[in-house]
Amino acid sequence: MIRFILTRVGLVLPTFIGITLLAFAMIRLIPGDPVELLVGERGMTAERHAQLRAGLGLDKPLLVQYASYIGGVLHGDLGKSIVTKRPVSEEFFTLFPATVELSLCALLFAVLLGLPAGIIAAVRRGSTFDHTVMGVALTGYSMPIFWWGLLLIILFSGILGWTPVSGRISLLFYFDAVTGFMLIDSLLSGQEGAFVSTLSHLVLPTIVLGTIPLAVIARQTRSAMLEVLNEDYVRTARAKGLAPLRVIGLHALRNALIPVVTVIGLQVGVLFSGAVLTETIFAWPGIGKWLIDSISRRDYPSVQGGILLIATTVILVNLAVDLVYGLINPRIRHNR
Amino acid sequence: MKDRARGLALAAALGLTALTAQAKTLVYCSEGSPEGFNASLYTAGTTFDASSRQIFDRLVEFEPTNLTIVPGLAESWTISDDGLSYTFKLRAGVKFHASRNFTPSREFNADDVVYSFERQLLVDHPMHNVSGGQYEYFESMDMPALIQSIDKIDALTVRFTLNRPEAPFLSNLGMDFASIMSREQADALLAAGTPEKADLQPVGTGPFLLLAYQKDAVIRYKAHPDYWAGKAAIDDLIFAITPDASVRLQKLRAGECHVMAYPNPADIASIRSDPALILQEQAGMNIGYLAFNTEKAPFTDKRVRQALNMAVDKQAIIDAVYQGEGMIAKNPFPPTIWSYNESIQDYAYDPEGARRLLAEAGVSHLETDIWAMPVQRPYNPNARRMAELIQSDWAKVGVTARPVTFEWGEYLKRSKMGEHQTVLLGWTGDNGDPDNFLFTLLSCGAARDAANRARWCNEDFEALLMQAKSTADIARRTEYYEKAQVIFKEEAPWITIAHSVVFMPMRNEVVGYRIDPFGLHKFYGVDLQ
Repeated sequence: MIRFILTRVGLVLPTFIGITLLAFAMIRLIPGDPVELLVGERGMTAERHAQLRAGLGLDKPLLVQYASYIGGVLHGDLGKSIVTKRPVSEEFFTLFPATVELSLCALLFAVLLGLPAGIIAAVRRGSTFDHTVMGVALTGYSMPIFWWGLLLIILFSGILGWTPVSGRISLLFYFDAVTGFMLIDSLLSGQEGAFVSTLSHLVLPTIVLGTIPLAVIARQTRSAMLEVLNEDYVRTARAKGLAPLRVIGLHALRNALIPVVTVIGLQVGVLFSGAVLTETIFAWPGIGKWLIDSISRRDYPSVQGGILLIATTVILVNLAVDLVYGLINPRIRHNR
Repeated sequence: MKDRARGLALAAALGLTALTAQAKTLVYCSEGSPEGFNASLYTAGTTFDASSRQIFDRLVEFEPTNLTIVPGLAESWTISDDGLSYTFKLRAGVKFHASRNFTPSREFNADDVVYSFERQLLVDHPMHNVSGGQYEYFESMDMPALIQSIDKIDALTVRFTLNRPEAPFLSNLGMDFASIMSREQADALLAAGTPEKADLQPVGTGPFLLLAYQKDAVIRYKAHPDYWAGKAAIDDLIFAITPDASVRLQKLRAGECHVMAYPNPADIASIRSDPALILQEQAGMNIGYLAFNTEKAPFTDKRVRQALNMAVDKQAIIDAVYQGEGMIAKNPFPPTIWSYNESIQDYAYDPEGARRLLAEAGVSHLETDIWAMPVQRPYNPNARRMAELIQSDWAKVGVTARPVTFEWGEYLKRSKMGEHQTVLLGWTGDNGDPDNFLFTLLSCGAARDAANRARWCNEDFEALLMQAKSTADIARRTEYYEKAQVIFKEEAPWITIAHSVVFMPMRNEVVGYRIDPFGLHKFYGVDLQ
């Protein structure tokens, strides 16, 4: 097991270096000059322009810039935002809990609905339920997030008035962030109604962000279950006279879970990319919108730092998924 | 379950009303996060809305209707005859904000004025390099070259000495970068080794004091109880940061905010017809134009420029690009600015006349580019559409035009270097002074790789601008600028296209809101019924 873990961790390092290089190169490959964008139509003299670029270290050769960036990263310094002049890591970790909270809720929503839906659809293959689940899943998967979000806001917040339009909590509540996770902070604040307000603000963004993972998980669960349900050992279990729930829950599901867990792990990346749009629609103060703003302003340190930290999170989650495989299926950890 | 959910939403809505009844809280749905809270470090309107317009005051302010300069923290001022010395008598009894991080021990005085400018001016000032130390507005208004010294005469008198006469200087002092900050706070933070906090926990004399800021979520302010002009009518001010315009409108309709920024042009009609909402509108202090590169043939010939002016149907552009909500521009700055020359006749839409004039100039089968911005700007909501319309208008007079676009930063840079033949761009005024449009955009100095995208340099025009700069007499300056506009129209370095209209939707209960002529948002003087 230790060797298995070491091999997996060993793979993380080159990925990590690759990401720093990609993030560094990509933001510089797209046209645009952060200094020019600072002043807009006004413009500035060539001397001032050169002076500001030098101040940001952008006048140095790319290799030197990359080396100094990596040097900073290794010392835990991601640099300062060109726009706000604040440390990138500080900005990231202020906003990150909001994205994590929303992503976890969306993932929970997707798993809690997608897993049972996929299982039932597989067990009742060809039934109306199966067709409905697969139809809805396909629709959900194809739904543009922006349109879906606005549609839900207009219906549930505008016409029905059931949910708040946007934000994380009603503006009535005012307390200092302790953990950055509003569900926890609202409980800690002790203010009556704060937790309920947080929950009500989570409903629509959770549904919007969770829709695509829900569709993917439901479809994946169904197909994995179908495959397993045709296996000999399931037939044997049934022939032994085991209760259908036991056959499905214990014998079939456990083996069907591996591809499903893979997909759930991969959804973390999908959630982060979906968060960009969801956060913009619901005015959710997370890293998705921050990263997009940073890209459009060519805020190099923020983009590099943001991508690096997000990628690190995705890598760690996938590492965890790899390790979970080992737990679910001992054959994986022995196959080297 | 349905009833419960509805009950919860209702409770939340009632909560807002209840809050309004106890302490008047105005919620403004703003479009984005400020870059910071020290307006002198930044250039974005979103930042000024959140910082300088609420938290700080300036020595002078702009009267919103006619943009004349009125007293702010300075009660009065005198300008020496040679135009080189400006002496300000400061207002007594002005109190700085007291917050949980800082309690002022004294009232506002000349030290604060000297500090606020010297921090930007002197590179060896201990606060100069704090928070990046870039003061782009101060730089771009040429203040470092202009200001020789700032001297404290006594506790309530300050004198600015200039290196050359510059009539618009007084207007510059009403701009956001000229906000007055607390010297006492800066000293305390320097001593504590945390000077950057001055820009994060701002202490000003303005109508609202900053309580809390959560990036991309909310900014909370409280009315300054001792504001020198009287406490604001509202008790609390909240900026609910909501980047999407459609969502801002939904929040306004749901009563989650009282005022919203920047509605979608497509939503204007439905806002007008909503009985719960008020839509304020005002001509924006801006200009959208097409500049000919007058250094490249055949645009060196003014007849060609005049002909292409005549070939464009501006009304069609107003209807299609501005959805009918704009005003045809004939001068290089809008009519809200003094010295606007009403008597000027714009080039009438006349394709036949344009064709004749082109023939007269010996130009046939002209091929050109039209650069169109990739982004929506206050003065031009859709540059690509505008370029297509101009392309089709010019095609009717035998000119083949090809719309071109670049990423925004590249666009600015390349057009500044004069790579274009014709370019769409625009300007929003900074300080209501005609010089801010004419000198910045059309002077000879600006034609060398700066904001003068026409790269047009006309001696007579330039001489008038310089004369106007050298006198503080508004009547004389008006005369110079009116003449300059005549030369501009005759020489036609631009096609002046439109001044856009600024819209401000708000709920019925909001009273006293006035659209800011600079397109910013100020909440002092606003009340809730």
